[in-house]
Amino acid sequence: MPLLTVEGLTTGYGEMEVLHSLTLRVEPGRIVSIIGPNGAGKSTAMKAVFGLLKPWQGSIRFGEREIGGLSPDRIVRLGMCYVPQTDNVFPSLTVEENLEMGAFVLSGSTKERKERVYELFPRLAERRRQRAGKMSGGERQMVAMGRALMLDPKLLLLDEPSAGLAPLLVDLIFEKVRDINASGVAVLMVEQNARKSLELADHAYVLVGGSNAIDGAGRDLLGDPEVGRLYLGG
Amino acid sequence: MAKALARRAHGPRPSARLRRALGSRTALVVLLVALLFGLWLLAGAQGVTGQRLLSLAVRGVMLGGVLALGAIGLTLIFGVLRIPNFAHGDLMTWGAYLALFGLTLLPAGPPLAPFSFGAELLVLLVLVVPLVGFTGYLLDRLVFRRLRARRAPSVILAMAALGGAFLLRSVIYLGWGADFRNYYTGRPRPAVELFAGIRVRPDQLFILGLALLFIFLVYLLLERTKMGKAMRATADNADLARITGIDTEGVIRWTWLIGGGLAGAGGVMYALDTQLRPEMGWWLMLPLFASVILGTIGNAYGALVGALVIGLVWQMSTAFLNPAYGPGVAFVVLILVLLFRPQGIFGKPGGA
Repeated sequence: MPLLTVEGLTTGYGEMEVLHSLTLRVEPGRIVSIIGPNGAGKSTAMKAVFGLLKPWQGSIRFGEREIGGLSPDRIVRLGMCYVPQTDNVFPSLTVEENLEMGAFVLSGSTKERKERVYELFPRLAERRRQRAGKMSGGERQMVAMGRALMLDPKLLLLDEPSAGLAPLLVDLIFEKVRDINASGVAVLMVEQNARKSLELADHAYVLVGGSNAIDGAGRDLLGDPEVGRLYLGG
Repeated sequence: MAKALARRAHGPRPSARLRRALGSRTALVVLLVALLFGLWLLAGAQGVTGQRLLSLAVRGVMLGGVLALGAIGLTLIFGVLRIPNFAHGDLMTWGAYLALFGLTLLPAGPPLAPFSFGAELLVLLVLVVPLVGFTGYLLDRLVFRRLRARRAPSVILAMAALGGAFLLRSVIYLGWGADFRNYYTGRPRPAVELFAGIRVRPDQLFILGLALLFIFLVYLLLERTKMGKAMRATADNADLARITGIDTEGVIRWTWLIGGGLAGAGGVMYALDTQLRPEMGWWLMLPLFASVILGTIGNAYGALVGALVIGLVWQMSTAFLNPAYGPGVAFVVLILVLLFRPQGIFGKPGGA
């Protein structure tokens, strides 16, 4: 059974319809990538899945449960965590406190979970007492991802994790996504960097104008002339 | 084109450079120190002795501690909820009058020498803190929560807070009238010599110590407890707090309980040092907002620093000004900060 099933999802902002009958599926333990040109509705799709936008039509199921219309704080408790593209850390809190906030809904000690995140991101362990606001873009992205992992989610939503990062850091972040996935967490991500994300993804959806255009295995899409023409720049 | 090139060669225009220099943190600190020094010189020129000025400084730190109790709550409420809580001063008044009411119920014990008050006031202080905290929470439940649900703009929130302020003050007028009151009438409160000719009243030292204790407790709360950290996180970024799974309603509840409780304690202490009157808290609003803005809105430690500066400047100015101008002096500091560094001491350039 798929972990996440989005069927016929239509939604938007105010009067403006952004997504038209969108379909997505994420199998447990897989990496699924959404790519597409600017304004294709990629981030909107992510927000709708996480309950930041109410669906107008269609259904969103997490496991067997319908989550369309649930608020984000309820969805978090079901085991889905979301890392927004910007403003994704608490700047005046230390790295350690940021991680603790990720486990707010749990009672009891978070020490073990923190250690697991530090194992994944040794750089954060060195800087656990530093305020997140004073860190570089790449480090902030790690803090944000680490915080989302504190709840041991079944599904992690990443909105453009590599946006605005230097090429070397982009590679590092993609490597971390692979590591996170290897530990059994399914990942649904939106990426500007289509080539890299297709290399990584088990399955990918190409969105154009708020609708499904093409989908298939990441490797297949890399070689697809249609995707190349539409999106990879020939 | 040529102009742009010249600009690149010489950096920003001199006026822009001057503006940036004046807006730096160092410049603000220098400005504030210069202001204090100027007050000192001005008082000295009028024949005020150094001992008297030092006594005023001690009293200023005490007043700063009391202001800090109000300012920390005000800044937390703004940080977490984005409400400019104009009712905060009246919450302080409310606390002061609740203690006065309590004194009429409890038997008055002998004064705890060298202080002017008896043990019953300490008991009342412990009771007033949760009561005023609960009043703040009630205000939120009855007024602000509804406005939040409707995503009311901050002007509406400010007006609603003002309404809350009038409501509280009217209740006080109804219950106790407009007269000045004292917790203990007819008890002498002599100032004693601390050292080197510095004279303060023992009550004021007690107030300073108690204010410091409360501030330390707030520090422990914000740095060591999960709820305190969640409060800071929510003040940083409320949307992110919500999607992280932080119980933001719980955070809001605790923010009011703590902010209100501190205001109540501050009100009792302020009334103990001066007198009770229904507008006492209202007149503290200007110094409170000045403290909060000076220390960067939303920053609890900044509010503490701001309150100490305002308390000092206020008290030192009484060496040669009528004490009634105290809030006016705070207003001067507020204007200076807004002119040169509107984001306050701890703010980042460009942001509040």
